[in-house]
Amino acid sequence: MHRINRIFEFLVGLIFGLGLILSGMTDPSKVIGFLDLSGAWDPSLAFVMGGAVLVGVFAFAIAKKRTSTFLGGALRLPTTSQIDRRLLVGALLFGAGWGLAGFCPGPALVSMSAGQPKALLFVAAMVTGMAIFETAERIARRTKATTHPA
Amino acid sequence: MTIDWTHFTPGLSLAGGLLLGVAAALFILLNGRILGISGIVGGLLAPQRGDIAWRAAFLLGLAIAPLVFIAVMPANLVHPPKIDATTLEVVVAGLLVGIGTRYGAGCTSGHGVCGLSRLSPRSMVATAAFMAAGFVTVYLVRHFF
Repeated sequence: MHRINRIFEFLVGLIFGLGLILSGMTDPSKVIGFLDLSGAWDPSLAFVMGGAVLVGVFAFAIAKKRTSTFLGGALRLPTTSQIDRRLLVGALLFGAGWGLAGFCPGPALVSMSAGQPKALLFVAAMVTGMAIFETAERIARRTKATTHPA
Repeated sequence: MTIDWTHFTPGLSLAGGLLLGVAAALFILLNGRILGISGIVGGLLAPQRGDIAWRAAFLLGLAIAPLVFIAVMPANLVHPPKIDATTLEVVVAGLLVGIGTRYGAGCTSGHGVCGLSRLSPRSMVATAAFMAAGFVTVYLVRHFF
């Protein structure tokens, strides 16, 4: 029924992947060259974020004024605005992992597809980490449900 | 601090960044979703009916990007990535990224690209936090131990 959307999603994934490769984000040594402020600093990745946000601000300014997409579908903008411990702890753990290997999720997936064995290992560990999170959340929900029955 | 001029690629990085922005723009304006990789992957681990195909389609596009890049780009732009981290570091890093991005509800794309573009204070705080943790980790790994 929404078969045309699958084509758009595929193409957006492709464009995003090409952007990651072209920008240098898929090269962990370049990412670490950016994160290493006390060594010889490579500021390139600031240009990646700058370029992305330059386009993004216009897109999201338009999106905020709309209730549906240009294809007539639902427009789902995030509704959470809470700055809490979960957000901070999660972001700090993510940043530590990012600095340790030089991979964040998108570039790791792209490098894995390019046949990098260490990227495959990283993605396997990352998906395991995500599964640990899901399991922990499920247990927390169940505990809450049994201690505070509705 | 000194600038590493030999590895500095402002033009390519800006061009790549613009492409990331275009992808995020198309995704919110045509598909109505935030382009956040950790959320797209994480959602597959708690699958819900009708919520799988779009994630798979996006990830398939992402996965063929290296092939398309090699096919269309001049050969001097194609170079293999350099991964200095040891096997153990890669595993620990992957676990941290997996748990952290789900716990903090976003990564470099969702909080970084999309959140900053939305001018979301929550995403600005998250981005500042993961960048700070990245700077500190690289300092400790490269210059302290």
